Amino acid sequence: MNAYKKVQAARSNQRPDAKKYIEQMIDGFIELHGDRRFGDDPAVMTGLGFFESRPVTVLALEKGDSNEERLRRNFGSANPEGYRKSLWQMRQAEKFNRPILCLVDTAGAACGIGAEERGQGQAIAENLWEMMGLTVPVFSVIIGEGGSGGALALACANEVYMLEGAIYSVLSPEGAASIIYKDAAKVEEASEALKLSAQDMLRFQVIEKILPEGADYELAAPSIKAAFSDALKRFDDLSPGEIRDQRYKRFRRLGGEKE
Amino acid sequence: MEKLRRFKSPNLRLEHDFSKNAENARVTAVCPACKREMTDSLLEQEHYQCARCGHLFKMSARQRIRFVLDEGSFFELDSLLASTDPLEFPGYKEKLNQARISSSEKEAVITGTGSINGQACAFFASEPGFMMGSMGAAVGEKLSRLFEYAEEKRLSVIGYTVSGGARVQEGILSLMQMAKVSGAVRKHSDAGLLYIAVLCDATTGGVAASFAMQADIILAEPNALIGFAGPRVIEQTTRQKLPEGFQKAEFQMEKGFVNKLCKRQEQKEILSRLLKLHEGDQGERV
Repeated sequence: MNAYKKVQAARSNQRPDAKKYIEQMIDGFIELHGDRRFGDDPAVMTGLGFFESRPVTVLALEKGDSNEERLRRNFGSANPEGYRKSLWQMRQAEKFNRPILCLVDTAGAACGIGAEERGQGQAIAENLWEMMGLTVPVFSVIIGEGGSGGALALACANEVYMLEGAIYSVLSPEGAASIIYKDAAKVEEASEALKLSAQDMLRFQVIEKILPEGADYELAAPSIKAAFSDALKRFDDLSPGEIRDQRYKRFRRLGGEKE
Repeated sequence: MEKLRRFKSPNLRLEHDFSKNAENARVTAVCPACKREMTDSLLEQEHYQCARCGHLFKMSARQRIRFVLDEGSFFELDSLLASTDPLEFPGYKEKLNQARISSSEKEAVITGTGSINGQACAFFASEPGFMMGSMGAAVGEKLSRLFEYAEEKRLSVIGYTVSGGARVQEGILSLMQMAKVSGAVRKHSDAGLLYIAVLCDATTGGVAASFAMQADIILAEPNALIGFAGPRVIEQTTRQKLPEGFQKAEFQMEKGFVNKLCKRQEQKEILSRLLKLHEGDQGERV
C-alpha cells in the first residue's frame, strides 16, 4: 500500500472511534466533562472506569461515529479547553494515583480564531509540561490519525503503541505539501516523504509496539487491551520517581546521538 | 550522552567587535520600511530598530548574544551539533547546506552561557536565518542539553525564540523534540530554577506549543507574531478575515499569554533586574 493510501485508510470512517474502544475495554465508564475554565470540548472525552478491575483515568480524542457526531466533535480536532480538560483529569489521576490510558485520533489541534484567542499553543505546551512530570504511568495508543502537536498533547507517555493501520506525523500530508512543495496537490509525495506508518515509527523508536487490528478491525480492541494490560503489570513495581524518569529517558534519547 | 564533549565556540566574531572598526564604517544596512541607509555600528547603537520609522530589524542569534550578554562573556556549548537527514527527505540535505552557508551557522539555535550585568546565566537564541529557526533533532538536543547543563550548574535560563515550529523535513522526530525539550524544561523548573523566554517575531507552531510557552516569565517584543497556527493557515482553513493585530504580542498580552512587552532598548535592563529578583534562595523543591 502506498503512503497516501495508508493516510486515507487511517482516516476512514469505517475505523472504530475512541468511544467504541472505551466501551469494549473499560467497565463502568463515567464520562467527566469540562475544563473548569471555559467550557466542555466534545473533541476530547475524559472519564474514569475500571480496566481489569483497577481504577484508571481515560483520555481520548474522539472523532465521532456519525456525520452529526463528527461535526459536533469537530472531527476530533480539539480546542484549548479540550486539552485543559485532559490536563485537569491528569492532575486528578496523579492525586489519586491512577494510571492514565490515552486513545489518540486526530488530524491535529483545532485551527481557528477562537482556538488562538484562548491559547492553543499554551494549552498544548502545558499538557506536554505536565505529562513529562507525571508520577503515574501513562500509556497511549494511536488508533487512527496521530496529527502533530494536537496528538502529542495526549501522547507524552511511558509507552506508545499504534494500531497497524494508524499514522503518526509532525503535520498533515496536506500541510507538508503546501509548506514544502508549495503545492497542496502534491499530497501523495508528501505522504511518502513524511514516513508516517506504524512500521516507520517502530524503526525510529517513536513507538514501542505495533498492534494488529485485523481486516475488519476485529482484533483492534483485544490487542489494545492486551497491550495496556501487559504495560500496567510491568510498571506496577516502579516507584513514582522511576515512572517519571523512565518517561523522560524515553523521549530524551530520540534524535540525539550525533555530532 | 555525557561522553560527548562540549566545545568552545570556534566563532571568533564574538570576541572581536568589527563594528568598532572605523574602516568598516560603510553603508551596510538599509531599512526595508523607509529605505534609510545605515552602517552596522549605527544599527547596533539604535538597537536594531530604525530611528526614523521604528522598523524592527530581524536579528541573528549572534546579534542577540552581543546585544544582551556582557561583552566577551559568551561561552558557546555544543556548537558542532547539527542535524542529519534521518528521513532522507527529498531536498533536505541541499536545504541544510544552503541554510548553513546563508546563516554561517550550523543549526537554528545557538546555546551557551554568559552574563548579564555580571550575573551568570544559560542562554539560547534562535537563528531566524536558518530555516526560519525551525526545530529538528539537533535544535531539540541542543536545548535539552542546555537546560540539563543549567540544572546541573544551577543557572537561570534566558532564551530568545524565533521559529516557524517543528521542522517538517525531520518528520516525527521533530515532533518528538517538543516532548523532549518540555521534559528538560520541566526538570530545570522542578529544581527551583528560573527560565525567562523572550518571544520574537515570529514564534509559532511546535515551538509556541512547547518551550516558548513554558517559561516562568514570558516577555515579548512589540509587534511580534506569536501563535500556534499561522495567520495564513487560519484564513485558508476558516475562510475568515483575521482582525487587525491578531496574534501580535500586544494581542497575546491582552489575552493573557504574555507577561510583559519589552522593547529592545530595555531588554538587557529588564532581564538583569529579573535575574536579580530571583537571586539566592532557589532551593530544590522537596
